[in-house]
Amino acid sequence: MKKDLLGIKQLNEEEILNILTTASSFKDVLQRDIKKVPALRGKTVVNLFFEPSTRTRTSFELAEKRLSTDVLNFSIPTSSVVKGESLLDTVKTMQSYGADYIVIRHQCSGVPHRLSRFVKGSVINAGDGINEHPTQALLDAFTIKEKKGEIKGLNIAIIGDIVHSRVARSNTLCLLKLGANIRYIAPATLLPNYIPQEIKTFYNIDEGIKDADVIMALRVQKERMDKAFFPSEREYFKLYGLTPDRLQKADSQAIVMHPGPMNRGIEISSDVADSNQSVILDQVTNGIAVRMAVLYLFGGNDNG
Amino acid sequence: MQKELLNKKDIDRIISRIAHEIIEKNKGIDDLCLVGIQRGGVHLAKRLSEKIKDIEGSSIPVGTLDITLYRDDINIKKPHPIVRRTEIPFDITDKKVVLVDDVLFTGRSIRAALDALMDIGRPSQIQLAVLVDRGHRELPIRADYVGKNIPTARAENIEVLLQEDGLKDSVIIESR
Repeated sequence: MKKDLLGIKQLNEEEILNILTTASSFKDVLQRDIKKVPALRGKTVVNLFFEPSTRTRTSFELAEKRLSTDVLNFSIPTSSVVKGESLLDTVKTMQSYGADYIVIRHQCSGVPHRLSRFVKGSVINAGDGINEHPTQALLDAFTIKEKKGEIKGLNIAIIGDIVHSRVARSNTLCLLKLGANIRYIAPATLLPNYIPQEIKTFYNIDEGIKDADVIMALRVQKERMDKAFFPSEREYFKLYGLTPDRLQKADSQAIVMHPGPMNRGIEISSDVADSNQSVILDQVTNGIAVRMAVLYLFGGNDNG
Repeated sequence: MQKELLNKKDIDRIISRIAHEIIEKNKGIDDLCLVGIQRGGVHLAKRLSEKIKDIEGSSIPVGTLDITLYRDDINIKKPHPIVRRTEIPFDITDKKVVLVDDVLFTGRSIRAALDALMDIGRPSQIQLAVLVDRGHRELPIRADYVGKNIPTARAENIEVLLQEDGLKDSVIIESR
């Protein structure tokens, strides 16, 4: 493995599968009474979250603790960042504490990539702007594999705010590398300018969802919308909301995923989110195992 | 230079003998289970369990244990070693666990295995069965059942080849 997990873009199929296999061993650990292993004892991890997060931050923290690392949570509002300290200086300070890992989320794309050139420890991207969210894509792939057995050849529909979604970007890269067929379903305003050739796009959800094995609903990211991308939330739900009627048009064994946090009644109806086809809570559980695998594998690089 | 120390026949005899020893020492097979250490120990544990079933007429539970996450050299080894499956589909608490490994050398893997087992449950007793004891212990650990004691030099390499991996059963010593 490389030193840093910057994105799915930098991984090949073999590396992705290695992470998923390792994660299944860690999932076994999480099902025991004692859910902790001494594998990374004595290592220090700094969680640097410049953007709000519930799931990813707590999931990383739990994964770190279950591997016996020492965890430092860096909270931006109470730190010197508000006094104007530069990102690089902040990170260099963390480095002087002997941090072996820096898990970073930042509102700007490319921040982890730049930091990785200055940091000796492993940099793990926990979401950078609208670029990538690699651990989310890995845990999604893990969940699909767990539920469906094989990813190759599956029809996977990604619905909603694709243009602002680093989850969609990472998932697209990951699932294409693993041989899935991907479709995008979204209004034209929420589709990215450059879409890989292999991907079919649909403006109509009822057409696009047909025979899908996996349906990924995405959060409408209001915080990244600086202009009107669609007229109203009510209209959006009417045209693109995932409802039980629409779900019926997909494969009868289809699974429904959402990276969270959900806007119920905008991109997904409560009936679907809480249905037995929904694997949204499995995604959360699997997230810990996958992040443990990432920390374990990327910590073992040759020059670290 | 390579030399064969044990062939298929020798290994069969050893499995047979150790199976008898396990039954004798534990006065039967009540509360007994076998746990093979990944990877060589796994096949040997299965063979032992089959032999015990032949002798006693009923089978005992068999599990597999991966010790990677408990190793003491994990942060020295780069890249980090592959994590394999631990599958112990039964409760080991209050059971007599016989750990099975192919080669006993420094004792460090057994130390890791003991810690791993303790995190899974609280056995009433843990015993150790190995196919080959090659000496050079670095920890105060000894086996309860030994297939063969083989004095070695530290630089020599002991290879246990098993037909479950598609090879001919044998134990080989290599001098480097």
